[in-house]
Amino acid sequence: MKKKLSIGKAFLYGILVLYAVITLIPFIWAVSSSFKTLEEIVSGTINFIPRNFTFDNYKQIFLEQELFPRWLLNSLIIGLAGTSLNLLFNSMAGYALARLSFPGRKTLFIIVLAVLMIPAQVTMIPNYLILRELGWLNSYQGMIVPAMINATFIFMMRQFFINFPKELEEAAEMDGLSRFGTFFKIVLPLAKPALAAQAIFVFMGFWNDFMRPLIILSDPSMFTLPLGLNTFKGQYISYWNYIMAASMVFTLPVLLIYGFFNRYFIKGISFTGGK
Amino acid sequence: MKKKRTYSKRSLREATQGYSFMAPTIFVLALFIIGPIIYAFFLSFHKVQLLGTATYQFVGLSNFTNITDDGRALRALWNTFKYVIIVVPIQTLLALILAATLNAGLKGQSIFRIVYFLPTLTSSAVLTLIFMWMYNQNGLVNEILSAVGLPTYNWIGDPSVALIAIMIMNIWATAPFFMVIYLAALQDIPESLYEAAELDGANAFKKFIYITVPNLRPVTSFVVIMGLIGTFQLFDQSFIFSGGSGGPDNSTLTVVLLIYQYAFKSLGTMGYAAAIAVMLSLVILVATLLQRKFSKEESLY
Repeated sequence: MKKKLSIGKAFLYGILVLYAVITLIPFIWAVSSSFKTLEEIVSGTINFIPRNFTFDNYKQIFLEQELFPRWLLNSLIIGLAGTSLNLLFNSMAGYALARLSFPGRKTLFIIVLAVLMIPAQVTMIPNYLILRELGWLNSYQGMIVPAMINATFIFMMRQFFINFPKELEEAAEMDGLSRFGTFFKIVLPLAKPALAAQAIFVFMGFWNDFMRPLIILSDPSMFTLPLGLNTFKGQYISYWNYIMAASMVFTLPVLLIYGFFNRYFIKGISFTGGK
Repeated sequence: MKKKRTYSKRSLREATQGYSFMAPTIFVLALFIIGPIIYAFFLSFHKVQLLGTATYQFVGLSNFTNITDDGRALRALWNTFKYVIIVVPIQTLLALILAATLNAGLKGQSIFRIVYFLPTLTSSAVLTLIFMWMYNQNGLVNEILSAVGLPTYNWIGDPSVALIAIMIMNIWATAPFFMVIYLAALQDIPESLYEAAELDGANAFKKFIYITVPNLRPVTSFVVIMGLIGTFQLFDQSFIFSGGSGGPDNSTLTVVLLIYQYAFKSLGTMGYAAAIAVMLSLVILVATLLQRKFSKEESLY
């Protein structure tokens, strides 16, 4: 009986290790390629440890490719501004839908729920035309404003605030705080766990987004990293060492965020259930 | 909430507060979501010219009827359909197996979980580039295949395998995400069911088939439909993989890539692109509604 159990365990470990290897190989290969020289890259041998370890690829993309730092900056500006606005506006909307009574609240809530089901493809073309009319193509506001709220997280914040103890707010009101004061000083600080999960997902959404920037941004100096990376690939078509170095620079910030907020991340998935 | 006949000062104040809190949301909903949906329907019945100021010419249903005569549209539909029916079952099964294995109470599972999660964190653009690098003619994938005596392929250039190359990449990238959803659901299966089965002499495999799988049915329906919605929208990977063309020989052309091409890369076909987008959205909407229906059943049960 005992022996049988350990065979089963060994089998399960086998599956786990095998899949871990399958997951890691592409990443290790990419990291390793980003530290290789071009000669080693084109020689076509499989070695995961670079023979001539070099930082030149990273130097090249930051120093010779002057637009690369700019793409990084654009991605950061759009990601950080977009995430801050989302946190603020989604919480405000979620709070209003959970706590305040005003005519049309139910209708608005139903609209928010309905929007959850609308695929991006149907609004993609009209949004392009609207941004064109506003003169917002190729601009930060064109990337940020249409995405500064998110129905998924409005819904999540509403659920969060419904279960939020009312007494604290009433006490704050007694102490003479206005509704806005209560919201910013009492409610938001206590909503930190929900905000953290939301921040990671919203930031990753902006950071990794490919289709919206592709449509909205056409001037290379306005590109975000995914878009920049794609043109980079066209430019350095066989310089996979550069392309991999750029890919790693692009991936690192998200890995760092994940490292810090790992537990919120898993929580966030059970909140949203959708990417 | 108490019902009041007249608007007291307090309720008026609360209404003002409510609208101020909702103002940014209402603004974005109206200008960038609800408005555009109506606009999309309008566009789908028109021929749109975008030179200088946009002009619209009413063409009735022809944008919709033209789809059936359009070889590339049919090809994109076929590719997308093939992609959906192959990827969804495989990624769901893989996610289930990984979750069940991770949940077996082995040591080091948190490390495995972190490793498995890497692809979910990484952007589709980066993943596609990494895989294109590995799919090179003399790249890592072919080297490994030939090392174990299997045939090699021109993954990126051969129309008969290019879509398969994208499928492999995306199954690899998406399965861990659904695995996390399964993992959460596995924790909710009562331990007593397994104990009872053990008393009846069930082995691990039998417990998995007769307890785990049936108890996960509602989650599986959720995962499958989320998978359907995601796979129908395949775009980034085939765009980057084919340099935006959908090639080689239209083999990686998907519906969304086709919409993009008609809307932004050729003149005078924006209305037609909108019509295809409306059709695709209806398909996805039906899938989503089915999912809502399933999750309602789930809460009943």
